[in-house]
Amino acid sequence: MAFVEARGLRKRYGNTVALDGINLKIEEGRILGLIGPNGAGKTTALNAILGLTPYEGELTVLGRDPWSAREELMRDVAFIADVAVLPRWMRVSQALDYVAGVHPRFDRERAEGFLDRTTIKRASKIRELSKGMVVQLHLALVMAIDARLLVLDEPTLGLDILFRKQFYDSLLNDYFDRSRTILVTTHSVEEIQDVLTDLMFIDRGRIVLETPMDELESRYAEVLVRPERLDEARALGPMHERTLVGRSIMLFERGDRQRLATFGEVRTPGIADLFVAVIGRNGRTEGATR
Amino acid sequence: MTTHPDVMPERLGSGEARPDATAATRPFYWSVRRELWENRSVYLAPLAVAAMALIGFAISTIGLAGRRREVLLLDAAEQRAQIGMPYDMVAMVLIVTGLIVAVFYSIDALHGERRDRSILFWKSLPVSDRTTVLSKAFIPLVVIPSIVFALIVTVHLLMLLWTGLVLVAHGMSPLSTLGAWNPLEQSAILLYGLVVLMLWHAPLYAWFLLVSGWARRAIVLWAVLPLVAFSALFRVAWGSTDVCALLLYRVVGGIEEAFAFTTGGTVTSVSQLTPGRFLATPGLWVGLVLAVVFLAAAIRVRRNREPI
Repeated sequence: MAFVEARGLRKRYGNTVALDGINLKIEEGRILGLIGPNGAGKTTALNAILGLTPYEGELTVLGRDPWSAREELMRDVAFIADVAVLPRWMRVSQALDYVAGVHPRFDRERAEGFLDRTTIKRASKIRELSKGMVVQLHLALVMAIDARLLVLDEPTLGLDILFRKQFYDSLLNDYFDRSRTILVTTHSVEEIQDVLTDLMFIDRGRIVLETPMDELESRYAEVLVRPERLDEARALGPMHERTLVGRSIMLFERGDRQRLATFGEVRTPGIADLFVAVIGRNGRTEGATR
Repeated sequence: MTTHPDVMPERLGSGEARPDATAATRPFYWSVRRELWENRSVYLAPLAVAAMALIGFAISTIGLAGRRREVLLLDAAEQRAQIGMPYDMVAMVLIVTGLIVAVFYSIDALHGERRDRSILFWKSLPVSDRTTVLSKAFIPLVVIPSIVFALIVTVHLLMLLWTGLVLVAHGMSPLSTLGAWNPLEQSAILLYGLVVLMLWHAPLYAWFLLVSGWARRAIVLWAVLPLVAFSALFRVAWGSTDVCALLLYRVVGGIEEAFAFTTGGTVTSVSQLTPGRFLATPGLWVGLVLAVVFLAAAIRVRRNREPI
């Protein structure tokens, strides 16, 4: 059974189409990165999956309809919205008490164990904690929940690089296993490159790219084209071309690596470059038809 | 939904199997506690007022013995009025404090969590919108009246004790207060009165909760303005003050139905309670139906609303 399955998922806010018929399937044991520019529909998609917003089309999460069964769903789904949602008036100890009181799959000792590794005091109010500590606390709460699906929406927004690194390390070392699935959206694409098993780009409410990370290498190639081979390379129809300190860099999809190597140095593109190529192209086509 | 399969990773716990789907949870209980953590004014404000009232009363007992000698020469009704007055005042002040706290609480209850976005945290836990809204309604309907009742009874007992000590110190019997003012009977009247108020005001609190879950800003305005606008409309269009009177009735009407007041407008004995008349008042049942409708709407609204 797929953990999340959507068919023709749509969502409209007035005249704005936030999700334009999305199909997706997320299996057990994956870490999927949902990447997109601002307003692409990432958060809307997550909200639909979490039962926070009604939608059109078909959507099941862990076999349930999230909109009608949010309460039951939340026993198996954990969720970090972004850094600011823990109630500021609450004490750390109260947060532990409350989650332990309402969540049947919360392991308080485990949460205490995670907190012991930090400098967070139980008696502190959340408003007294730094941004990084709030995220550490939220992560400690969430990782102590024996959930099957973890949804993270911009979890590291506004954190310094040290905390961001720790966040994903912690997630991988202490939480993730083959029986869970993690769905994460972020703008900081580079730092989750090594974390993901799957990659999905979303733009204007549509999925514009979907690939397992281990296929990235065979599917995309970036070539540092030598000036004298520019025309030849262009004739092969790169999906994107940019110049970096006077050198042309072309991105090819499903190109023959050996052939490409004759134009110049070939490497596997980073997510960020791929993102710019795919989303940029998407924007250009759209602009051209207007 | 089946519970987790066996594949629990070794690196999680130190090898030992974790208990599957664990402790029994009590979402409603914890939701109410959560409200009290967040809104400490729910008990701190009445406590502060009670403390002030006690201090005021202690000051007023200077010269008590002399006054009491004079009061005891009067007839029984006068004695009751004179001796019972400070007790009734304290009760009144604390009841009004409770009402104010309850109104302010209800107006903010579903708004605050959207304003600070913490609604996303609450909704990430397996607590239904119904549990949440009902736990918030529980505060003005049950928790605050209970706090007010307990506080008034406590303050009354302390006042009795203090009066007794003062009287004994002046060589008088401490029992003269009890002859005019029976604490058991008064507590029964108080409890009845608080239940009456709670049932009668239930639609108001439910309405405030609904507005606080629905409005983006200016909740007080949204809570009050439609009512004022309605009564203005009726007054201008039909020269009728019906709606205005109806609103006033919703605030104080229950008390008028529930007690047979003396000509002096007081209630001193349980024989003045008229629960039958109160229960037969259509306004009570209309109000309770409205309360249920508003709460159901508030639950729906919370389900749909996103952070502000």
